[in-house]
Amino acid sequence: MTYESAAAFAQTSGLLYFVGMFAAVALYAFWPRNRARFDAAAHLPLIED
Amino acid sequence: MAAIPVAKYMTEGEVGLSLALLVGAFVCALASTYAVDAPFSFHMGLFALAGVAGIAAILKRYEARAYEPPPQEIDGKPNYNLGPVKFAVVAAMIWGIAGFTVGCIIAFQLWAPSLNFGLEYTTFGRLRPLHTSAVIFAFGGNVLIGTSLYVVQRTCRARLAGDLAPWFVVLGYNLFIVVAGTGYLLGVTQSKEYAEPEWYADLWLTIVWVAYLLVFLATLWKRKEPHIFVANWFYLAFIVTIAMLHIVNNLAMPVTFLGSKSYPMFAGVQDALIQWWYGHNAVGFFLTAGFLAIMYYFVPKRAERPIYSYRLSIIHFWALIFMYIWAGPHHLHYTALPDWAQTLGMTFSIMLWMPSWGGMINGLMTLSGAWDKLRTDPVLRFMVVSLAFYGMATFEGPMMAIKAVNSLSHYTDWTIGHVHSGALGWVAYISFGALYCLVPWLWNRREVYSLRLVEWHFWISTLGIVLYISSMWVAGIMQGLMWRAYNALGFLEYSFVETVEAMQPYYLVRALGGVLFLTGGLIMAYNLAMTIAGRTAADDAPLPANEGRPGTPVLAAAE
Repeated sequence: MTYESAAAFAQTSGLLYFVGMFAAVALYAFWPRNRARFDAAAHLPLIED
Repeated sequence: MAAIPVAKYMTEGEVGLSLALLVGAFVCALASTYAVDAPFSFHMGLFALAGVAGIAAILKRYEARAYEPPPQEIDGKPNYNLGPVKFAVVAAMIWGIAGFTVGCIIAFQLWAPSLNFGLEYTTFGRLRPLHTSAVIFAFGGNVLIGTSLYVVQRTCRARLAGDLAPWFVVLGYNLFIVVAGTGYLLGVTQSKEYAEPEWYADLWLTIVWVAYLLVFLATLWKRKEPHIFVANWFYLAFIVTIAMLHIVNNLAMPVTFLGSKSYPMFAGVQDALIQWWYGHNAVGFFLTAGFLAIMYYFVPKRAERPIYSYRLSIIHFWALIFMYIWAGPHHLHYTALPDWAQTLGMTFSIMLWMPSWGGMINGLMTLSGAWDKLRTDPVLRFMVVSLAFYGMATFEGPMMAIKAVNSLSHYTDWTIGHVHSGALGWVAYISFGALYCLVPWLWNRREVYSLRLVEWHFWISTLGIVLYISSMWVAGIMQGLMWRAYNALGFLEYSFVETVEAMQPYYLVRALGGVLFLTGGLIMAYNLAMTIAGRTAADDAPLPANEGRPGTPVLAAAE
């Protein structure tokens, strides 16, 4: 394996990995069905018992 | 059948831990006897004594405790386990004062080196790791362990998992601190920055840390609240990543199992990269992720506002932890490390700016609708200023990671200034804010002893930070420019010692800034001690906690 091929593999897979990871997180965070759950979670520290 | 009296038994945990401590104490006593060097003998003796003390404590606790284990719930409310949290909070206060004091001593030593008194034990080389470990691991570590064990219970609405395990974690961790700190004074070090303790202390910390992870995970496991709150994600990332970093960076072979010296597994540039992968992620996961967890619980709590955007906190979390782990090579610019690895570290450091500021904005905006509290509540002010410093340090850091900037800043006191704007401004201030909240909650007081003293603490230590970081910026940039100055004939303009001489006035300003910061810390320790003692100041300012202030909604919608 040459340096060029190793670098190309690392760069491409790194790009896909990070973009994919970010897309998954953003989808999870903004998924409409999760809205109520996250809004409730934002109040979690304020609940007293 | 019901009339049969219940006999009191030791639990399996009590028996098991006592036996383990007994065997451990015996092995350590043997190692102490046959040790090949004095510090190792001292430390093994210390471990043996700690083991015996541990057994005594378990037996004493057994005598005093009820037949049945403490209930998980009382009247349908979780029966929180606050003893270990209290211990960690008090330990953090004490270690904080110790760490700030040693920092002041070495700051004055740089100004006047004869202040090392010519003793090997008090040389800069030994006191400097004592300072860094005392403030990061002893003060910061106890704040993190204490707050995490508190927050995980509260946000899971469940009692801490384990009976003896939480005590094992806090006491074991502080034993590690004592072994590490006395080791530095006696000259025991493996010379890895922020990972100086030798192999036997590292092994002990590994055991304690795994117990910590298990206590945390088991508490999450038995939670009543279905959602795992974002602060717990940050705490978990901190615990898991520190375990991984600690184990890999400390892989070493002792010269003998009866002596303190060991040699690291890696050599040369591999060792350097592992060390700074560890070192930078100690910043990222110990000094950042853990304290962000504090932010996500204590800022909403004190401001009485929900988190500004919970969605942003999710993106903040995943972006931060996935990027931080790659930024370490920026500590090795222009070294034998391959150029591409340096560029990789630089690129990830710059990208880190975004999640960092996302988190800062999320913390600051949590105050929306409650900004007026900054005027009256010095505790909240500590937290907000800490976020401002967090934003500043996480802008400065990526900038200094750029190779061109780093060629000027690296090895100069600019780095020291940067680290302290993060450590004093961010880590210490969010910790102070959390401690001022936590102590009244833990000891059932309405508020701290005196909010006026909190005001004094705030302004004195803020002045101290300003003196500290501005003097180090000037000193560091001057130092860097002097090192690279050439004369018309192409020779270096200044000899090295001339650059050292030029630093002296700035070192004095820095030391005075440190003294102010320490003074603030002493005020806090007094204030918290009086709070614990249950005193109330006679002439204290009115309480800021939203009392009787018209037009302030108690809660606002999340977005």
